[in-house]
Amino acid sequence: MGQITLKQVRKSFGDVHVIPGVDLDINDGEFVVFVGPSGCGKSTLLRLIAGLEDTTSGKIHIDGKDATDLPPAKRGLAMVFQSYALYPHMTVRKNIAFPLKMAGMNPAEIDKKVEYAARVLNLANYLDRRPGQLSGGQRQRVAIGRAIVRSPSAFLFDEPLSNLDAALRVGMRQEITELHQNLKTTMIYVTHDQVEAMTMADKIVVLNAGNIEQVGSPLELYRRPRNLFVAGFIGSPKMNLIEGAEAAKLGAKTIGIRPEHIEVGSGPWSGTVALSEHLGSDTFLKVDAGELGIMTVRGSGEVNVHTGDRIQFAPQADKVHRFDANGLRLD
Amino acid sequence: MARAVTPRRKALNTVAAWSVALIIFFPVLWMILTSFKTEPSAVAMPPQLFSADWTLENYSEVWARSDYPRFFWNSVVISVGSTLLGLAIAIPAAWSMAFVPGKRTKDLLMWMLSTKMMPAVAVLIPMYLIFQRTGLFDTKTGLVLALMLMNLPIIVWMLYTYFKEIPGEILEASRMDGASLWKEIVYVLTPMAVPGIASTMLLNVILAWNEAFWTITLTTTKAAPLSAFIASFSSPQGLFYGKLSAASTMAIAPILILGWFSQKQLVRGLTFGAVK
Repeated sequence: MGQITLKQVRKSFGDVHVIPGVDLDINDGEFVVFVGPSGCGKSTLLRLIAGLEDTTSGKIHIDGKDATDLPPAKRGLAMVFQSYALYPHMTVRKNIAFPLKMAGMNPAEIDKKVEYAARVLNLANYLDRRPGQLSGGQRQRVAIGRAIVRSPSAFLFDEPLSNLDAALRVGMRQEITELHQNLKTTMIYVTHDQVEAMTMADKIVVLNAGNIEQVGSPLELYRRPRNLFVAGFIGSPKMNLIEGAEAAKLGAKTIGIRPEHIEVGSGPWSGTVALSEHLGSDTFLKVDAGELGIMTVRGSGEVNVHTGDRIQFAPQADKVHRFDANGLRLD
Repeated sequence: MARAVTPRRKALNTVAAWSVALIIFFPVLWMILTSFKTEPSAVAMPPQLFSADWTLENYSEVWARSDYPRFFWNSVVISVGSTLLGLAIAIPAAWSMAFVPGKRTKDLLMWMLSTKMMPAVAVLIPMYLIFQRTGLFDTKTGLVLALMLMNLPIIVWMLYTYFKEIPGEILEASRMDGASLWKEIVYVLTPMAVPGIASTMLLNVILAWNEAFWTITLTTTKAAPLSAFIASFSSPQGLFYGKLSAASTMAIAPILILGWFSQKQLVRGLTFGAVK
């Protein structure tokens, strides 16, 4: 079991309202990603669920029971921290065994569980080393090992990959996804990297200034962003947002078109290529389109357009997103 | 990036370091050498670094004239006692300041430190009167309390600095792993802070051992430690440098030996490095 429900959860630090009031349902076995810019309150929300911060008001239910005032250890959750937070004076074996020892499990059982975790996470050869003798990826695995041995009802990940280099991050991302597929345990994962969010999540929660902007599957968020914030945040490169006459023509205050939904060659819009990036698989163009502003265009494969060229382009009609004066989606 | 050190520069650094060390150590060396001289050679002009007539007479006279073991024991009780009591109070204080700081924690720390800037003589009379009226005068308990209070700001500051080095996330991880506050302190904080606690302890034992102002002022005979033992050799009849040096050498020898063996620990502090 790993069902978590937040009811009007608020958190204030003095006069600063970090979480003004959040309602959220996380189903058993779901991989939920909290995503948002720095300072949006996603880590605070995770820490509230973990019990490392007290709520100012509101309720947190875990598996149907009120856990709002329970200490972290009693919530049945395991957490993997951004800095790994391994115990530097203990060996890998002792690090992984620590939660079991705290639970008063007998040593033979502990050994069995540690050996199992070490095998699953490829740590069997490192059990007698200390964290200081391991690489970043290995340390992260130890932190995950320490979390899985407890068989928690949910895992909480606080930006676990941000200290790893790009190549290792991709590998660990896949490992965590596989781990979720194998364990089928609820996972809540905090990141500011929307690529991580899109690739790993069953459900993404987009946060901004402590408020939930939208909850949905990665493709729902991509296809139907509820407001301008989500439209701008989800998708890489960012969605082009256009105001003024072009938007008014479609009965909107703002229209949005993703770079990959623009076709180059002919069309009503024109501009000068200010920058072209040829990656082989894709071509990215920054186009100075006069009144429309600077537009980002993504062409599939090799597009024979270069910096300084004058081009014409058009949005795919059914891919234009329309937003009203309040920034909300028009349908 | 490591800076390349040329052999010439290394030699210069070594000479400079030895010169500074010798200048600092010279008074102690002079005292030790004088303790083995006869009184006439101790005051000879021009001064002699090495005397022709070495003697152990000063030591035997000092030993015979005073009850050295009692002074020594008093010093041990007062310095170790005040340090342990200080640690017992400072560990929880530094813990809460480092890990659950309030709005005024920084101000409180500054205020604590500022009490060390006050000249001790400013509170001499109130302290003296309090000690006399509460029956603490010339008792080891009194001196343990006084020296603990004198050194408490330093102990709290040192521990606070060491505790601040321990990433809060590690303690949070232990809480997530099911550790109670007590287990968190026993299994996680203490092993990580042992070098810091040990160096704080050593430094404060040394400070308390060498403290002279309060130990001389607040004692007469019963609780007097080695600092008072040295002072008792500066008599109104004049200074006997040989005996005074012998007494001083006997007083500092235990702490000098302790310091020598623990110097690595003293300068080490917390060097875990980031876990990241």
